[in-house]
Amino acid sequence: MIYFDNNATTRVDEKVLEAMLPYLKEDYANPSSMYDFAKKPAAAIKEARGKIKDFLGANNEKEIFFTSCGSESANMAIKGTLSCNKEKKHIITTKVEHPCVLNLYKALEKDGYETDYISVNSEGELDIEELKSKIRKDTALVSVMYANNENGVINPVKEIADIVKTISPETIFFVDAVQASGKIPINVKDTQIDMLGISGHKFHAPKGVGALYVRPSVRLTPLINGGHQERGLRAGTENVPYIVGIGKAAELAMDSLDYEMKEVKRLRDKLEEGILKNVFNARLNSSVSNRVPNTSNIGFEYVEGELILLHLSDIGVCASSGSACTSGSLEPSHVLRAMGIPFTALHGSIRFSLSRFSTEKEVDYVIEKLPDIMDKITAISPYQEELMKLKQRRG
Amino acid sequence: MWEYSDKVLDHYRNPRNVGKIDDADIVGEAGSLACGDSLKLYIKLDGNIIKDAKFQTFGCGSAVASSSILTEMIIGKTLEEVKKITNKDIADALGGLPQEKMHCSVMGQEALEDALKKYYKEEDEWEELELTGSSDNHDKVICTCFNVTEGQILEAVKINGLKTVEEVTNYTKAGGACGRCKGAIKNILDEYWKNETPVELTPTQKILKISKVIDQQISPQLQKDGGDIELIDVEGNTVKVKLTGMCSGCKNASMTIKNFVESVLKDKVDSRLEVEQV
Repeated sequence: MIYFDNNATTRVDEKVLEAMLPYLKEDYANPSSMYDFAKKPAAAIKEARGKIKDFLGANNEKEIFFTSCGSESANMAIKGTLSCNKEKKHIITTKVEHPCVLNLYKALEKDGYETDYISVNSEGELDIEELKSKIRKDTALVSVMYANNENGVINPVKEIADIVKTISPETIFFVDAVQASGKIPINVKDTQIDMLGISGHKFHAPKGVGALYVRPSVRLTPLINGGHQERGLRAGTENVPYIVGIGKAAELAMDSLDYEMKEVKRLRDKLEEGILKNVFNARLNSSVSNRVPNTSNIGFEYVEGELILLHLSDIGVCASSGSACTSGSLEPSHVLRAMGIPFTALHGSIRFSLSRFSTEKEVDYVIEKLPDIMDKITAISPYQEELMKLKQRRG
Repeated sequence: MWEYSDKVLDHYRNPRNVGKIDDADIVGEAGSLACGDSLKLYIKLDGNIIKDAKFQTFGCGSAVASSSILTEMIIGKTLEEVKKITNKDIADALGGLPQEKMHCSVMGQEALEDALKKYYKEEDEWEELELTGSSDNHDKVICTCFNVTEGQILEAVKINGLKTVEEVTNYTKAGGACGRCKGAIKNILDEYWKNETPVELTPTQKILKISKVIDQQISPQLQKDGGDIELIDVEGNTVKVKLTGMCSGCKNASMTIKNFVESVLKDKVDSRLEVEQV
C-alpha cells in the first residue's frame, strides 16, 4: 500500500505510540489527584506542553492549551474571542479556509456577524491588498490558514499579522496552522499572531488531540465549562496518553523538519515532474515555490477524480480528490473553485500528499502506473476530440 | 469510501460497450462537463430493435457503471421495451447504489430518454411517445446550478417515491450546489404529495380501487400484447397478481410488474403499494 494522503491524516510514529503506552496502561492516574501516583501523568502533561511550546516557538508553556482536534482549536479560538468582544460584529477570513473555519463563519453570519471572505489568485495565493482594504476598526477577528490543505500554498501569516495590527491593533488574528505543523518551521514568538491552532494526527500523533496557542493578552471564554483543567479554558479530565503523544510527535517533527523540507520536497517534486511528463492531460494546479514541501495538486483534464482514485486504490495507492463525487457533496472543492481552476480539470483534480515515511520507490511506482490508468479512463471519456487536441498540443 | 456493490466495482473496472458508434442511428446525451458528469449513449437500430449500443462517460465509478449496465440492458430490446426503463431499474441492475449516487442512474435514464425523444421526433411520433416518467411539459428550470427542470424533479419523485429535499438532491443533483432552489424543491414536493397523499382508504375501498384500476387501465394494455392480469389478493400494501396469457411466460414479466403495473397502481391508488407476482 502506498499512502500519499498525509494531508488527510498520518500514520502514528512508533516512537509516539511507545511514549503513550504507559499512560494507557499502568500510569492511569488522574493528573489532578493529590497522591504520588498522579505525579507522573501530571509531569508528562507538563513535559508535553513544553514540547508544544517549543514546537510553536511560544514564550511560555502557559500559552499552550490542549484540545481534542484542529476543529476544536479553531472553534475555541474564534468563538472564545468573539464572545469576549460582543460589540464588534465584523469578521474576516479567506475563501479557501478549512470547513472548520468556513462553516463556523457561516454559522456566525446567522448570528448577525458581517463577514468578508478574501480571494486567492489562480495559484492559490491570498490577495493581501483585498485583505488590507477589508480590515476595519470594528473588525473583531481575522482568521487565515497558515497552509492550505488542498494546494499546500503557504500564507505569509507573519506579514498578515503585522498588517492586521497596523490597521487595527485591537483586532484578533487567528491562524489555523493544522496543515503547516510538522512541514515548515512555526515560530509565533517574533510575530503578532494572537492564536494558532494545530492537530496532532497531521504530524504522526494519533487522532483526537490538538493544541491551541493563545497569546497571554488575549481574552477567551471557554467552549467547555467545568473543572479547572487547562487553566479553566478547556474543562474535562486531560487526555493524558494523547497529550503525551502530541508532545512526542512535535519533538520528532522538529527533529525531522530539515528532512521534510529537503528530502520530502525532493520526492514531491520528482512525483510532480514525473506525472506532468508522463501523463498528457495533467496540469499542475498550483506551482508556486511557496508551498508546504509534501503537497501536490494535479488536475487531469476531461476525466473525473473519483474514477482516478478508484483505479489508484485498485493498485494500492491512496490519494484524495477535490472532486464533488468523492465527498458526497455535489460541488467540487471550494479551494479549487476559488482559484478559478478551469472546469475541464476541476473535477479531475487529485491531491498527493507525502510524509517522512514516503519512499522513492513509491514515487517511482506511481509515476510508472499512472499513465496506464489514465489511458484506461480517458478511453471512456466523451471528450475524445478535446483530449486528442490536448495530446497534440503537449506532444 | 463508498460502499459499492460488486456489480458496480466490476462495471467500473471492466466497463462493457465503451466507445462510439460512428453510424449510430440515435445519440442520447445527458449531463455536462461543468456539472461533473456527462454521458453519450450511441444506439444502432435494426428496425425497431436496438442492435448495438455503446457509451462514453465522464464521471465517477457509479456513473461509468450505470452507463455500462444500461448498454447491456438495452441491447436486443425493442424501443417500446426500453422506454419503460427507469433509473431505479438501472440502480437495481447494479445491485443498488449509495443514496448520494442515485443521480448517476438518473443520468443513464436521461440519456436514454434523450435518445428516444430524438428518435420519435424524427419519426414524428413524438405525440404518441409516453415515457415512463412525466409526460407533462415541465420545462421550467428549478436548479440553475445543475440545470434541472421541474419535470426532471417530478419524474424522480414519482419513480422513486422521494419525500425530502435531500433525497431529491441525491437523485437529481438539484439543490446540491448553492442551495437557493431548496425552497422551490420543497414546494414541488409539497404540491406533489398533497395531490398524491390519498385519504386513508378502508381495506375494502382499497381493493375495489385497485381492482378498478387494473380492469380499466392495466388489463387493456396487457391485452394488446396478448396477455392479461388477474388480481389475486391485497395484503396491507402488497398487491398480489398473476400474469396470464402471453404475459405468463414472458421473460420480461418482472419488469412489467415493477415498471408498469406497480407504477400505475402507485400513481393512481397509493404510492406505498408494492406489487408481487404469485
